[in-house]
Amino acid sequence: MALSKVSSIVERINGAEALLKSLKKERVEVIFGIPGGATIPIYDVLYDFEGIRHILARHEQCAAHMADGYARASGKVGVCIATSGPGATNLVTGIATAYMDSSPLVAITGQVPTNMIGKDAFQETDIVGITASITKHSLQPRSPKEVPAAVKEAFYVASTWRPGPVLIDMPKDVQVNVEDVHFPGKVSLRGYKPDKLKINLNSVKEASTLLNKAEKPFILAGGGVIISNASKELLELSEHLNAPVATTLMGKGCFPENHPLSLGVIGMHGTYPANLLVSRSDVILAVGMRFSDRTVGNFEAFAPDSKIIHLDISEAEINKNIKVEVSVIADAKRGLKEICKQIKALNKPKQRKDWKELVSKFKEKGIFNFGKSKGKIYPPQLLKILRTILPKKAIAVTEVGQNQAWAALYFKIYHPRTFITSGGLGTMGFGFPAALGAKVAKPEVPVVDIAGDGSFLMTSQDLATSVTEEIPVIVIILDNRALGMVAQWQRLFYNRRYSHTYLNKVPDFVQYAKSFGAEGIQVESYEDFKQAIREGLSNEVTTVIDVPIPKEENVFPMVPPGKELEKLIMKVDET
Amino acid sequence: MTNGKNIIEVVTEHKPGVLFKVSNLLRRRNFNIETLTVGVIDRKTARIIITLNDDGEVREQVIKQLNNLVEVINIRELNPQNTVKRELALIKIKVEDRISRSDVIHCIEVFRGQVVDVSRKSLIAQITGTPDKINAFIELVKPYGVKEIARTGITALERDKKEGGTS
Ligand SMILES: Cc1ncc(C[n+]2csc(CCOP(=O)(O)OP(=O)(O)O)c2C)c(N)n1
Repeated sequence: MALSKVSSIVERINGAEALLKSLKKERVEVIFGIPGGATIPIYDVLYDFEGIRHILARHEQCAAHMADGYARASGKVGVCIATSGPGATNLVTGIATAYMDSSPLVAITGQVPTNMIGKDAFQETDIVGITASITKHSLQPRSPKEVPAAVKEAFYVASTWRPGPVLIDMPKDVQVNVEDVHFPGKVSLRGYKPDKLKINLNSVKEASTLLNKAEKPFILAGGGVIISNASKELLELSEHLNAPVATTLMGKGCFPENHPLSLGVIGMHGTYPANLLVSRSDVILAVGMRFSDRTVGNFEAFAPDSKIIHLDISEAEINKNIKVEVSVIADAKRGLKEICKQIKALNKPKQRKDWKELVSKFKEKGIFNFGKSKGKIYPPQLLKILRTILPKKAIAVTEVGQNQAWAALYFKIYHPRTFITSGGLGTMGFGFPAALGAKVAKPEVPVVDIAGDGSFLMTSQDLATSVTEEIPVIVIILDNRALGMVAQWQRLFYNRRYSHTYLNKVPDFVQYAKSFGAEGIQVESYEDFKQAIREGLSNEVTTVIDVPIPKEENVFPMVPPGKELEKLIMKVDET
Repeated sequence: MTNGKNIIEVVTEHKPGVLFKVSNLLRRRNFNIETLTVGVIDRKTARIIITLNDDGEVREQVIKQLNNLVEVINIRELNPQNTVKRELALIKIKVEDRISRSDVIHCIEVFRGQVVDVSRKSLIAQITGTPDKINAFIELVKPYGVKEIARTGITALERDKKEGGTS
């Protein structure tokens, strides 16, 4: 079908068909969902609709995480769909996860017919109200002819400026009724004009002058750099300034971690050089990041002697958590480009020798450096081995907990969009479905989920989806039979009172995986592990690799919550 | 009682749910809204006037966050010195005898208000003006016995930059 031709024509169709045709016009190739009473009309059209693949999840939360993983890996909008009531509420965790990490998601929910809304009808929930504070925008078309504009608006808002989730709530009668439907070519919103955002060149100049004069410049890069595809500009500026780059957890991958100026991740589970050098700098350029508490530690004591320049697309982020010297409101790519241009016009690059030496001295002390193992297999060492086997463009997804911190600290990332993690919400169970979504977006690259046993059990029923839909990924369970990160806090800050953090030795993850028709392997040594990964890479089904590790293993370095980054713990003396 | 220290003007799309989103954001940051009025400007546009009593930086930040709402077309804080503020109040006052009745009516006239309803033992006064003026009126008639008060909350417009004008 020639898309451009159709757009000017008025068609007499029902709202369900209008929805799917509109999705297709937004170049949607795949949607993730589970049908139900309030979405049957949509699924009926989907039955023989060409050009959109539907992936049947086993839980709506997973459908949302899959769409989110798809979005993060590809940069395109991810789409998920659920029925009204429980289907819709099951999406909530997924929507909140996407919201916190500025991921472009369009969530479609069925709703009871318009004349039943508000009357506590069967499977009615006020999903627009429930999700109001975790969506960027929401729409509820009231007739079929409103559907195409709603979809257009949803995609426009979800994917532009600071991306985020948008909800389209579709009452059942709107899906069923037939009307003359017109497909608009574009949207215009009076209150939302991201393309009209003008960069203030005076503030660019101020920022450039400050950076140029700096003796010890430091760059703090966040997820915004990845979203706006600004890695090239970041690299250029950092090399020109000789400024080391630390990333937030969300920014991991925006700067190649094998680069001499890379310091890895900063924050609670940040590296030694990143956390210590930041307060030794004199000027910090923070770009596409929001100074979250996990990044900054103690707000009052963050880099007290440095002047801070904040480049972000959202003015609401400026001075929200940290007071800054100069702010530039722009998307990261545009802002970095302008700053780079200005600085280059100022004079020849400074060498900043002393600073460079200090940076390498701190880096030598340990960036991907690690302590000692308690058992046969030590996660940092395991991740180092994993890195040597996987291709550089492989996608690593994490769950939440120690597994996530280990991956952030010890698994190097070289390319943007190849590290996917729930940074803002910290959603256990995000990793596995997000890995499936990423694999759908990038079938040609291997996708691994670096998991904890607790997290994996939260969404692992979607092994069924992975096998049925032929989406093979590799799950590496760092299996401590514990809610490891919580146990670590209890060990360090609560006198080893392990209140409800030790899990029983169930299930047998190998048998569990096999029962779905996936592959399950348990490894006892690094050699076993290498073998298992190689098998996983060639398997046509998902491979679950169970890696038993000691319960009492700690992730270090770690900054105790609310403390200055300088106060990071490298190890504990244990008896 | 409101002193309307911080007046925020929000111009929004005139659509269902917009007021909810605006007030939901204020709720999240634990603001105690003093007054809030909404009125339609044209078929597609509404104006919300919110008054808060908060000098903190959180207010400035919440204004930026409100501005991020897709339905918010324009938002700004009105300069109280340069803003015309008006409120309307209906006040039910006890008037049990002739003397108090004529006293109260006299007060209403002084405040350029109107008597909009009279019954045997009470009357309803309508007063418009600045919140201060309404407060003053209420104080004045309190001795007679104020039975009920309904106030609209402040609505406001900023003056154009020119000489003169009254508040
Ligand atoms: C949905 C959800 N529930 C609870 C938590 C709190 N929490 C944070 S880390 C963690 C433990 C994670 O355990 P596991 O997945 O086994 O990973 P490990 O820390 O052992 O690597 C918990 C319970 C959370 N982040 N998300």
